[in-house]
Amino acid sequence: MNKIKVNIFVDRNNLNKTLELDKNSIVSDLLKSLNINPVTVIVSRSNELILEDEKLKNNDEIKILSVISGG
Amino acid sequence: MNCCNQKPVMEMPSGERLCKSHFTEYFESKVFNTIRKFDLIGKEENLGVALSGGKDSLSVLNILNKLSIQNPKIKINAIAIDEGIAGYRDKTLEKASEFCDKNSIQLHIFSYKEEFGLTLDEMLKILKVKPCTICGIFRRYLLNKKSKELKLTKLATGHNLDDECQSILMNQMRNAVEASARLSPKTGITQNESLFVQRIKPLYLCTEKEVTAYAFLNGLLDNFCECPNAPQAFRANVRDMLNELEQKNPGTKYSIVNSFLQTLPFLKEKFKGGIINICLKCSEPAANEVCNACVYLEKLKISRELFKTELV
Ligand code: SF4
Ligand SMILES: [Zn+2]
Ligand SMILES: [Zn+2]
Repeated sequence: MNKIKVNIFVDRNNLNKTLELDKNSIVSDLLKSLNINPVTVIVSRSNELILEDEKLKNNDEIKILSVISGG
Repeated sequence: MNCCNQKPVMEMPSGERLCKSHFTEYFESKVFNTIRKFDLIGKEENLGVALSGGKDSLSVLNILNKLSIQNPKIKINAIAIDEGIAGYRDKTLEKASEFCDKNSIQLHIFSYKEEFGLTLDEMLKILKVKPCTICGIFRRYLLNKKSKELKLTKLATGHNLDDECQSILMNQMRNAVEASARLSPKTGITQNESLFVQRIKPLYLCTEKEVTAYAFLNGLLDNFCECPNAPQAFRANVRDMLNELEQKNPGTKYSIVNSFLQTLPFLKEKFKGGIINICLKCSEPAANEVCNACVYLEKLKISRELFKTELV
């Protein structure tokens, strides 16, 4: 199996979905595929912050949280 | 390079990677250093914190509350303004009161409805103006007036490095240098202490991403919630541009703010003075005979009578 599935939540657009990624994908690959600038978000897995070079695993629960203030 | 054997949660522009407790320590000492460097807080203060319930103001309050616990001569009060924006401010204020209750911090809430007779939502039905224009005028007005009534010595806000950086560039692009002379880690005009309560920005050197990480790690980050009134398109463009530059060139935002700080004394010197009037109607500071808040209150009154606008 060369693919993994991760569940993502993007708070800014209130988006929930499951993505299929290459095995060995890291957080920055995920952000790139969603066209999100890493400067504008923090990323958590099971409520722990993770860095951009963190390897993603099958069935990860990933939250992508916007750092932009709401006004 | 990792700080210790704990899992890193944040990477600094220098490449250093910090764990949860080292990042929290780094962030808090950065704020305390900012306070010291710019002389934001004295030994004895009756401080106000302008609280919106968002991550920035909650983080400031959390840190200043720690400072106050260590230094009992520094008193803390939270002030929140309820503009009356359905589906938005009610939610953030809930988070604000929850935090203040938990930490036994006194929270004063002042609403547009009570102070001016109308919520922001209602005002926007009556007057055709950009929401942020009147929202900002009335918010600044109330914060200053209420801070004086509460005898606050200073008012801390949640402005961070990104906010400041955006404002600096926006002023440059609009050729509004005089407005930049008023940007600073501490604003307010000291000669007019009786008219203005000085504003301080303890998060001045913290990026928005750092503030968000701090808020997340300390349980201060609430669900994402955005004001329904379209955010200023110009600021959003500048913000996106800056974030793109920051991504390609980490540290760009620091450089912009740091070089601005070097020119600030010259700007302040050039634009010092300027006569401040006292509003004929309400005695608050004004650029003209009547302050902006009173001008808009009059406009609201006239349009309301003219069009007999129904407020439903
Ligand atoms: S975005 Fe504009 S209308 Fe909304 S709270 Fe901020 S200043 Fe007010
Ligand atoms: Zn550590
Ligand atoms: Zn007035």
